[in-house]
Amino acid sequence: MITVTSLSKYYGRQAAVDDISFEVPKGQILGLLGPNGAGKSTTMRMLTGYLAPTSGSISVAGHDVLTESLAVRRAIGYLPENNPLYDDMNVLDHLQFVVRMREIPAAQVRERLRSVIDVCGLVEVLEKSAGQISKGYRQRLGLAQAIIHDPPVLILDEPTSGLDPNQIGEIRQLIKTLGSEKTLILSTHILPEVQSTCDRILIMNRGKLVADGSPDELAARAGSEEIVRVLFKGQPAAGLEKLQAIPAVARVEELAVDEPGVTGMLVIGREGEAGDLRELVYEVVRDEGWPLLELYRQRLSLEDVFKQLTLGENVDEDDVRRVA
Amino acid sequence: MRKGLTVCSRELSSYFNSPVAYIVIVVYLLICGWFFAANLFFDRQASLRGFFAMAPLMFVFFVPAISMGLLAEEQKHGTAELLFTYPVTSFAVIAGKYGAALVLMSLAVLLTFPYVLTIVSLGNPDLGALFSGYFGLLLMGAAFMAVGLWASSTVKNQLSAFILSFLVSFCLFIIDKFIAWMPPPLARVIGYFSIENHFKALSRGVIDSRDLVYYLSVIVFFFCWSLYNVQRRKWRG
Repeated sequence: MITVTSLSKYYGRQAAVDDISFEVPKGQILGLLGPNGAGKSTTMRMLTGYLAPTSGSISVAGHDVLTESLAVRRAIGYLPENNPLYDDMNVLDHLQFVVRMREIPAAQVRERLRSVIDVCGLVEVLEKSAGQISKGYRQRLGLAQAIIHDPPVLILDEPTSGLDPNQIGEIRQLIKTLGSEKTLILSTHILPEVQSTCDRILIMNRGKLVADGSPDELAARAGSEEIVRVLFKGQPAAGLEKLQAIPAVARVEELAVDEPGVTGMLVIGREGEAGDLRELVYEVVRDEGWPLLELYRQRLSLEDVFKQLTLGENVDEDDVRRVA
Repeated sequence: MRKGLTVCSRELSSYFNSPVAYIVIVVYLLICGWFFAANLFFDRQASLRGFFAMAPLMFVFFVPAISMGLLAEEQKHGTAELLFTYPVTSFAVIAGKYGAALVLMSLAVLLTFPYVLTIVSLGNPDLGALFSGYFGLLLMGAAFMAVGLWASSTVKNQLSAFILSFLVSFCLFIIDKFIAWMPPPLARVIGYFSIENHFKALSRGVIDSRDLVYYLSVIVFFFCWSLYNVQRRKWRG
């Protein structure tokens, strides 16, 4: 549905987007993730034809963004960053303006209007001006103007920014409903959002693509080593020594624990070692007669992957090639 | 073209939803009314000469007030990103906005028709000259408006757009006031660029194709420059 080929955008000499390529098949919900300034918005602006790429090409629904700009724009519904709206228009007028700009056939206008007003829950604010309604309603109006022509492709730039948790839940639900029949790209820097809504995640950092995969794949590839966290009552020194003695353990780190008399350890297993590390740790603790308080396996979350990929300088070219 | 009209009507409703349109029209009519009344009562002449004489300077102030927000506001509030991702050409957007500004300006100008009624009932004016005068007025206003459109496409802030279009309009207005001190060949060239010179003949009832060509050139030149500015923003970001 969407094909991006070695796309770059330079602002002067600075690369906002630096040679990225990806494809989005029909019906996929793709999350574009990255810290502020990573190039997410610039990428989306190029996809929608608002900005022209410095180099590279984009094709949406079989049309080239530069040469068939109008056809591409017809196929896309777009919610820009910060959700700009004409504040002097009331909600209904605003939607009718979009209806005319989107050339919706007269016979379908009533039905489309009714449908988006219903789906986005705008009935109560139809007569209010867009500048006076709450942020939650504004966001819904922004979504409504993006989906009113029932486009095959939806591009949403930070659809939940600035909303309260309830509103975020509603918008996410709406996105999931929409995503069941459309190709959807959404950008965010909120990690749970992509985890709960997206089929696939692209992580961008400094204009480059640093990771590409499903949420589970990305979380899995962060750590191949097993990490077990254990809390027990006992002497730290003894614990350190005994746990270190397990053959499958690579190293043990002591954790800072607030409770007196309680020792916390982070046990990190050797890579590729067979067997459940939790079992081995439990056996040691049991044999020593230390009362066991807590024991669980730590999984590296998406958050850790995100941090690994976007913080510091540990992202080298090889890393990128392996992932992308 | 339909979408150009949609942009135009949205722009007009935004003029009339805010105080802008009313303030511009009322103040314009008040000041024009003063020049007309001065002509009528102090000079005891049933003519629009005073009104027409002041018209270019009036436009230098009023047209930038109408045009300043046309494109600058879209940039400032980010709605340009909506507008230019709808399936509509930049030409249609700019033409629609320019058209809306012209409609508002024409409305203000045409609301001076009570002056015409007054002098027709009091004296015996040359109706042909009146028509060509109003025609010239609208044409000159359209030229000033093209300058304003260009200014609004150049900067992102509507106050800057006002100042920029005021300065350029004022230069076009003031340029022929110095030709008396210039060598004749230079004076002819400079005189040709004066926006007021071309209006003088029209206000006296002489429709000369050279004047029409001048105004149309100014309109096309600044309109195309605005289109270029909008396109360039897409490439430069």
